[in-house]
Amino acid sequence: MLEVYLNQIASGALTGLVYGLATLGLSVIFGVCRIINFAHGEMMVVGMYLALMAFRWFGLDPLLSVPLVGAILFCCGYALQGALINRLIDVPEHMQFIMLTAIAIVIVSACLLIFGPDLQNAPLAYAYDSYAIGPFLIDKVRILAGGAALVVAGLLGAFFRWTYLGKSIRACGDNLTGARVIGLNVKQLFAFSFGLGAACIGAAGCILLLLVDVQPYLATDYTLLAFVIVIVGGLGSLAGALVSGVIIGVSEALAGLLVQPSLKSVFSFGLLILVLLLRPQGLFGRQQG
Amino acid sequence: MLRLSLAEIPPRGRLLLLLLLAALLAAPFVVPHYVLSVLIIVLYVAYVGQTWNIMMGFAGLLSIGHSLYFGLGAYASATLFVKYGISPWLGMIVGGVLAASAGAFIGALGFRFRISGVYFALLTIAFAEFARILFDNFAWIGGSAGYFIRVGDRDAVDLWHLRGTPVMFFYLWLGFNVAVLALCRVLLTSRLGYFWLAIREDQQAAEALGIDTFRYKMIAVMLSAALTAFGGVLYAFYNNNLFPATTFSVARSIEMLLGTTIGGVGTLLGPIVGAFILTPLGETLTVLLAPLQDRGLRLDGVKQIFYGLCVVAIVVFQRRGVWPYLARKLKVERGGESAR
Amino acid sequence: MAKLHRPLSRRVVLAGASAAVAAGIMPRRAHAALAPLKVGVIHPTSGFMAMIGQICNRGAVVAPAILKDLGYPDLEIVYGDTESNPDIARAAGERLIDGGAQILVGAFDSGQTTTLAQTAEQRKIPLMIDIAGAPQITEQGYQYVFRNFPRAPDIVGGALNVHKLVFAASGKTPSKVVCLYRNDTYGNAIKGALDAMVPKFDMPYKIVEFIAYDPQSRDLSVEVAKAKATDAEVVLAVSVANDAILLTREMVKQRWEPWGVLSAGPGWYDQSYRKALGKLGNYVISTVPWHDPRKKLTQLMLQALDKKYPGEAVDSSTAYVFEALLIVADAYKRAGSAAPQALVEALRATNIPASDSITIGNGKGIFFDAKGQVNGIPMAGVQNQDGLPKVVLPLASAEANLVFPVPGWQARV
Repeated sequence: MLEVYLNQIASGALTGLVYGLATLGLSVIFGVCRIINFAHGEMMVVGMYLALMAFRWFGLDPLLSVPLVGAILFCCGYALQGALINRLIDVPEHMQFIMLTAIAIVIVSACLLIFGPDLQNAPLAYAYDSYAIGPFLIDKVRILAGGAALVVAGLLGAFFRWTYLGKSIRACGDNLTGARVIGLNVKQLFAFSFGLGAACIGAAGCILLLLVDVQPYLATDYTLLAFVIVIVGGLGSLAGALVSGVIIGVSEALAGLLVQPSLKSVFSFGLLILVLLLRPQGLFGRQQG
Repeated sequence: MLRLSLAEIPPRGRLLLLLLLAALLAAPFVVPHYVLSVLIIVLYVAYVGQTWNIMMGFAGLLSIGHSLYFGLGAYASATLFVKYGISPWLGMIVGGVLAASAGAFIGALGFRFRISGVYFALLTIAFAEFARILFDNFAWIGGSAGYFIRVGDRDAVDLWHLRGTPVMFFYLWLGFNVAVLALCRVLLTSRLGYFWLAIREDQQAAEALGIDTFRYKMIAVMLSAALTAFGGVLYAFYNNNLFPATTFSVARSIEMLLGTTIGGVGTLLGPIVGAFILTPLGETLTVLLAPLQDRGLRLDGVKQIFYGLCVVAIVVFQRRGVWPYLARKLKVERGGESAR
Repeated sequence: MAKLHRPLSRRVVLAGASAAVAAGIMPRRAHAALAPLKVGVIHPTSGFMAMIGQICNRGAVVAPAILKDLGYPDLEIVYGDTESNPDIARAAGERLIDGGAQILVGAFDSGQTTTLAQTAEQRKIPLMIDIAGAPQITEQGYQYVFRNFPRAPDIVGGALNVHKLVFAASGKTPSKVVCLYRNDTYGNAIKGALDAMVPKFDMPYKIVEFIAYDPQSRDLSVEVAKAKATDAEVVLAVSVANDAILLTREMVKQRWEPWGVLSAGPGWYDQSYRKALGKLGNYVISTVPWHDPRKKLTQLMLQALDKKYPGEAVDSSTAYVFEALLIVADAYKRAGSAAPQALVEALRATNIPASDSITIGNGKGIFFDAKGQVNGIPMAGVQNQDGLPKVVLPLASAEANLVFPVPGWQARV
């Protein structure tokens, strides 16, 4: 029985890394643009479908499609921000929410129209492989997915830490007025950040295709999940998003084992409520002034 | 914030409102059955939109988990009726108390721990989802298989047990709407209403003036929750079936606030206007597409795309809501009151 | 006075008699006088059950022409979509009734059918349930609802009998079974029936654990891990196609090879399942009501389906919808009127001989009891072989040989 638990923890952690990567995108968008992206799950589903098409047309393994899908979603995000989201910066939250929800509805329905309602996936040659390492029996796809998520997150972290552009974006997030004062082109940086966030989400979707079949209505679950993770980890913290993703992934797996599987989301929401009450800035977030 | 109360609407506005009421009163005698069922949906959206508006528009708290209160009212009254034969009007009291308690709990948590804005909204979503999953696994009241009220003879009108024709429900929904509209108008022009306005505009200043913000916000939350629960009761007895997945869903919470947001948050007539725009929009699209689908054309999702685009357009062009815009166009607003 | 009537000569009488006889043996198009009956066919054609809903509708696509050729009245089919949602099912029903539908057929999913039945009863329009297993639908005392499909207790009873046949035929009897079921109306109905009936049927196995999973779940690895940990030899599943695909994949990845999967519902024989999994989808045994390929009408149906949808195997989803329309057409013919009361009385008096129907059925024919239910419908054992569903039990109707225990995953890939 211990084996079962260990395996579940391991696979929960690996899946959690992918969730964490998706949440990074959400975190970047909120941290800088102060927009709560309620179309998060839908963008991830778009990423999944793009990876699916790349697989069908070019035979590209989803992991190899990550740069491509990331680039496409970056452009989409950039354009969307300029065209629509920009108008929402000063608008009350409920309008933001409605606008993004409406965009989400449009995206889901477009996917439904183009791809149909059925579950689809990329049948990879190694889809059913698993590694047996000691007591662990882990799917190959989960290991690859977790690894890919770490790599992308690492690249993102490096970008923010060491490039000028990355630092400018962080500056906008930390202190908008100050950023303006030192002459940063805030408008462009906003658009860039939204694009970057979208690219992250798209990359995560790409990777997620390895683990989960895609259908248009997948999105809502993932949006909620991403919000739970980002709150628990703390908005604006990259490490927080990843760690929190792992925590949520593991908690869902364990909850399913300990209690009834159909109750496993209760734990995630319980954790969200606890964090909101006791430490609203999240485990890794900074105290909001 | 643009506020319109009935007493202050110039004659033109009052006339429009009365015309609408007259039209609705006469509707069941004139329109086909299908249109009547659409009107019932419109009135439901308008009602729950108005009750949501109390919490958002008056107290400034964004709740995306209002389906929790709705579901509590629905299940409480349905359970009492099916298991003990208790009238839904009494069930409404029970449901209202339950919902108000839940609202008080959430509100207290939020205020005590200083959670506001989007974080508060997420808290409300979390509680609604909690309820959904718990009810899904609550076998005594059907669980995910659903809870059903036995449908009796539809033609016999039994007001005490809320069994009867769609026409009866139409007038009930209309009555609920009129009642809640009147209530909101009375509240807005009362002392309570001005405290709410103060809290909403600048909470710190309000506190500095000595207003007990906690107390008045809680009143708004509990009132909003209880009234929403009443709507849940009516809905349960009209539909005769309840499923946690659709009753407590985030989608339902969104449905409840969409109309008001489109129509104009904080206004008295915003929820009504929004409901009258959105619901017919969706239904018209369905009806237009139906003959094409009969011929085998696969058009899944087209209706929702149009719907979503319409909502985006409305938000982009009239971010304060359609009603304030209409009010200006129809020259219905009071002179001198500026929109914020 | 002129003679107005010629005395009846033998010739005239003979001519008249032969005309009468000829009229008797000619194909009866006598009911061409009846206007086409507007039938509202409602299934989940969008949403997560879209695939199976569309397959259900195939029965409605081919039925009217075939039935008309056999002398039944015209059926005008109008479609409604439940969007896989019980609330929308109700609205779809209302819309079709407002559009003039005189009788409804539907809706495949138990939850959606329950709300549709409420609507039909309220609007006093008959509902002919083609597929839906929840027992309570015909326990409400409804006057307008009829069902030609087994209820969960019948399904379970039939399934348990098939299980015994499987063990007898293969010589392998499991002692532990784990049940993975979908937490929805149908899944819960089956679970309830299993709880009640497994002890009474004197089954050789014990169901060691019931594991319910969330219908919206996208990841069933925890559920499968739990099931594997019970060390059960056989899996009893109640799912739809999407879950079946997820469960199978997890079993492969977790390297769990039970003796076999026995399904007491849809999903595991569905086209989408077979296509998604290929060889890995073989050997699942579904205990389901099925069509009888030896019957005449069934053959006509299979031919028409093969022409319209070449290469696609036919399953009970299509067959039961067709049979529902047969019942509707038959009732309309006898009623001679589309008035709801007339249709309901005609439906109550339905008695279609077994040889004229499509499904295996109870052997005595299609007739309803006081609650509007057809009783005694047996389950067939259908096993996926070479990517197609094949009847393997009862042996008398078998199209292929039973394979049990089933080959392991690695052996197939």
